[in-house]
Amino acid sequence: MSYKTDMGRVIGLGSAKEGSHDWWISRVTSVALIPLMLCFLWKVAPLIGGTHAEVLTAFQNPFTAITTILFIMISFIHLAGGLQEVIVDYVHGKATLVVLLVSTKLLCWGIGFAGAFAVAKMAFGA
Amino acid sequence: MVELALPKNSRMTTGKTWPKPEGATNVRKFKIYRFDPDTGENPRLDVYFLDMDKCGPMILDALIKIKNEIDPTLTFRRSCREGICGSCAMNIDGINTLACIYGLDEVKGDVKIYPLPHMPVVKDLIPDLTHFYAQHASIMPWLETKTNKPAKEWRQSIEDRKKLDGLYECVMCACCSTSCPSYWWNGDRYLGPAALLHAYRWIIDSRDEATGERLDELQDPFKLYRCHTIMNCAKTCPKGLNPALAIAEIKKKMVERTL
Repeated sequence: MSYKTDMGRVIGLGSAKEGSHDWWISRVTSVALIPLMLCFLWKVAPLIGGTHAEVLTAFQNPFTAITTILFIMISFIHLAGGLQEVIVDYVHGKATLVVLLVSTKLLCWGIGFAGAFAVAKMAFGA
Repeated sequence: MVELALPKNSRMTTGKTWPKPEGATNVRKFKIYRFDPDTGENPRLDVYFLDMDKCGPMILDALIKIKNEIDPTLTFRRSCREGICGSCAMNIDGINTLACIYGLDEVKGDVKIYPLPHMPVVKDLIPDLTHFYAQHASIMPWLETKTNKPAKEWRQSIEDRKKLDGLYECVMCACCSTSCPSYWWNGDRYLGPAALLHAYRWIIDSRDEATGERLDELQDPFKLYRCHTIMNCAKTCPKGLNPALAIAEIKKKMVERTL
């Protein structure tokens, strides 16, 4: 039971003064992923079934290595943002919300960095 | 977490089936949601039959006929009967719309009528719109100015006035907000398409001088950014408006002032 007014309920804690940055990043990354995905399909997808040496040689090309690292990193930034939206939409318990937001962020950044590191290692001749 | 099933006390039960009109040849079946908070019973679905040869063409005509001639306890809001007051908004045949401007011929088969979805029900087809109205009030739906009041009037060019077309027509019937899944899950904090359409109506009003403050207030992950462009709002609006477009324009304005 609360005698808080209807307007008081709507105002709540007031505006968080943030939100557009996440929205903008989501749009920028989705646009960036269009050419990066095409580069990935052009340069990396044909390597499926190739030998270890062929793959290493392919990633030693700076264009392939750089676009693949960008593709991996930006994909995971986009994924992290998307997951954040889904979690905020559907999870309302504060403790669960914080745990899920932090763990998905860490997971996305971790996998993204691991992917980028793997490409870099091949590019610099592992 | 999001609720995928109705709470126990909101689950539908089978209601009363009222007798068919005697001697009628053109009979239509109406299934209508009934809920009376005073009885403590779950909501039920009552079945009515109407002689369509003696009924007006709109859903509201049928509801009024049921109330007048069959069951006076059936409760619903209505006023203007021409789509300008927004009172008779309800879910008809799965679509949120105004009963007064929705034709009986637009519904195939039985006519199923429920209150607007995902709102507390006061009685039968009447939802509690208290929070919805407070959200509208929170966006300051009035002209805010800092310049001294002009001697005659705040002037506006024809081009600037045209920017309000497609926005000022909103009658606040709540069809759009209650059709929005984001509003269902986060309606306590997300302002919803109707309030945001009104917010945009004042943001782009050339006479208004509080654009920055209005955008500041909406700069929030919940108030504005729960909109994921699902577009149910635009699809359901009985006035043919596009709240999703208005929301997209607000989002563009948010970025525009940082670039």
